[in-house]
Amino acid sequence: MKLCVLVKQVPGSESALRIASGNTWVEDAAALFEMNESDNYALEEALQIKESLGNDSEVVVVSMGPERVQKVIREALSKGADRGIHINEIPEIKSDPFATAQVFANVIKVENFDLIFSGLQSDDVGSGQTGVILGEMLGMATATLVMATEVQEGSIKVKRELESGWFQWVSMSTPASITIQSGINQPRYPSLKGIMGAKKKEMKVVDLSTAVTIEKQQSFANIYLPIADKKTEMIEGNVDQMVSRLVDVLKTEIKVL
Amino acid sequence: MDILVVLENNNGAIHRMSLEAIVAAQKLADEQNLSNAILAIGADSNALANAAAHYDTGEVLTAEHNLLSVYNSDGYAAALRQVIDQEKPSYVFFGHTYMVRDYVPKISAQLQRPFLCDVISLKTNDGLSFAKQAFNAKLAADLGVASEGTILVSFQSAAFNADLISSGSAEIREVAVELDEGMIKTTAEEPFQEEAGGVDLTAAEIIISVGRGIGKEENLPIAEALAQAIGGEISSSRPVVDSGWLPSFRQIGSSGQTVSPKLYFALGISGAIQHVVGMKGSKNIVAINKDAEAPIFELADYGVVGDLLEIVPKLTEAILAAKN
Ligand SMILES: Cc1cc2nc3c(=O)[nH]c(=O)nc-3n(C[C@H](O)[C@H](O)[C@H](O)COP(=O)(O)OP(=O)(O)OC[C@H]3O[C@@H](n4cnc5c(N)ncnc54)[C@H](O)[C@@H]3O)c2cc1C
Repeated sequence: MKLCVLVKQVPGSESALRIASGNTWVEDAAALFEMNESDNYALEEALQIKESLGNDSEVVVVSMGPERVQKVIREALSKGADRGIHINEIPEIKSDPFATAQVFANVIKVENFDLIFSGLQSDDVGSGQTGVILGEMLGMATATLVMATEVQEGSIKVKRELESGWFQWVSMSTPASITIQSGINQPRYPSLKGIMGAKKKEMKVVDLSTAVTIEKQQSFANIYLPIADKKTEMIEGNVDQMVSRLVDVLKTEIKVL
Repeated sequence: MDILVVLENNNGAIHRMSLEAIVAAQKLADEQNLSNAILAIGADSNALANAAAHYDTGEVLTAEHNLLSVYNSDGYAAALRQVIDQEKPSYVFFGHTYMVRDYVPKISAQLQRPFLCDVISLKTNDGLSFAKQAFNAKLAADLGVASEGTILVSFQSAAFNADLISSGSAEIREVAVELDEGMIKTTAEEPFQEEAGGVDLTAAEIIISVGRGIGKEENLPIAEALAQAIGGEISSSRPVVDSGWLPSFRQIGSSGQTVSPKLYFALGISGAIQHVVGMKGSKNIVAINKDAEAPIFELADYGVVGDLLEIVPKLTEAILAAKN
C-alpha cells in the first residue's frame, strides 16, 4: 500500500508571533517552528498502518514551504517514513487551502497513493480544508476528524468524531484522503537509529511556482491582534500578592470560600 | 438570490449554529439591501423548512432525495452544488459545524470557489469583508477573495447571537436535485456515544481545568490539590486527554462536555475556540497563564499572568489557611 502524509511546519504553541511588514503573515525569524500537531498524529497513524501491513508498504511525507520545512520532513523520516517530497513555497498561496491543494494534487497525482493522511487543520491558517479538497481533486473518497482506522485490502473504515462525544464509523474504498484528529494514537519519538537512518533517505525537492497555473481563491489580506471585548481584572504584583488577591476574590466576589 | 443560508439538522430541529448563520444573513441583507433565502437539505427537510418559514427571509427552499436521508459528504456536496448552480447565490452561509467541515470543502473544490471558514465577523464599512482567527486565535485575519462568483462562508459558534433572529413569514419551494448511488463513495453506520464516565461535570459548582501548560502528568496533583482544597472537580483541555493524562470524559469543549459552573479555573489553557465553547457560560472564569497574550484572558473575569506550577500550590495553601 502506498501511503502519503501531508505535514506542515507551523509556529509552535509556545512560539512568539510578530506580525511581519505587509501585515499578511508573521515574521519567520521570531517564530519557533514545529510539526503541526494533528499532522504528527496523521504521520503516526500512517506509520502504524504500514507496520501492520508489512514491508512492501511505503510512507511518503510531503510538505510545502521554504527550505526550513525539510526539518519536519527529516523528523518524519527519522520516525520511519520512507521518503520525502519538499515542495518549494509559493508565498502568495500560504493562506489559501484551495491553491495549496492544487499544488499538492499536481505533485502527487503521479504517485497513485492508496491513502492520503493529513492533520485535520493547521495551527497557523486553521482552515481544515486542504485534505478534503485534495481528495476531491484526485477523485478520492474523503473523511474528516478521524479517531480510528481499520485498513483492509482495497478499503478503509474510519471512526469519525462528531460533536459532544459522539462518533460514527464510515467505510470507503481506497483511494481515500483522510484527515486525522489529535488523540487518535500516541505519536512516537524518533530513535537515535532512526535519526541516523533518515539522513540517507530520499528527499526530493520540487519547484512548481512556474510550472502550473494556480487559482488562488482567498488570502489573509490583513492580520492584527484580536480586539478584546470583555473587561478582565488582571491581578498583578508578586506571587504572594497575587495569591492573596485571588483568595480575596474567591471569598468576597465569587463567594466560594 | 444574494444570500443562501444552509440549515443543519440537529435531532429534527434547526441547529443553533444555523440560526446564528441566519442572523448573519439577516444583518447583511439589511445593511446592504440584499435578498436572502434559507435551504433545508436531507432528512427532516420539511420540518426544518416549516420552522424556518417563520423567520424573516425571502423564501425557504428544500432539497430532498432518498440518498440524503443519512448524512454523507458526497451526497450533501452534490446536492448543494446543484442548488447553487440553479439559484446562483452570491454568498452561501453555514455554521462552522463538524459536518460543514466535512462536506463544504468538496463544494469549494468542485465549484473552484473560496470557502471562508470559521469566520468570526463580517464588516460592511468598506465593501464586504470577513475575518477569521489565525495562529491559534492569537491573531485575527481579514480575508481577501481573489475573484468574482459564489463565496461559501461558515461562521464560528457564537459569532452571531441566535436570540437576535427576526421573525417573518416565507413561502417554501422545493428544488429538484438529481443524485445517483455512483456519486457516493462512503457508507456510514449509526452514530454512537462513547463511555459517559464516572462524573457529571455539568453538575459541578467549581471546576479546576488543566491545559497543556501543566507540562507533564506528574504535575497533575498540583491541580488536584487545589480542587480538593476548594471542593471542585478536575477537567481538562483536549491535549491533556490526547496525552492520556486524564480520561476523555473530563474533556471540556466542542468534542467533550459543556459546563457552566459558578467558578471555572483555567490553568495553563490558551483559550482555543473549541475549548471555549465548552466553558464560556461559566459564571466566573479565573485564568492562570504565563503568556499575557493568551486568548483566554479575553474571556476571563480574573486573570493572573504567571507560572501555574509556582502559583497554584501557594494558592492551595492560602485557601486551606483561609478556610481554617
Ligand atoms: C475539531 C476540533 C475539536 C476540538 N475539540 C476540543 C475540545 O473539545 N476541547 C479542547 O480543549 N480542545 C479541543 N480542540 C483543540 C483546541 O483547538 C486546542 O488545540 C486546545 O484546546 C489547546 O489546549 P491547551 O489550551 O491546553 O493547549 P495550548 O493551546 O498549547 O495552551 C497551553 C497554554 O499553557 C500556557 N502555559 C504553558 N506553561 C505554563 C505554566 N507553567 N504556567 C502557566 N501557563 C502555562 C501557555 O502560555 C498556553 O497558553 C479541538 C480542535 C479541533 C480542530
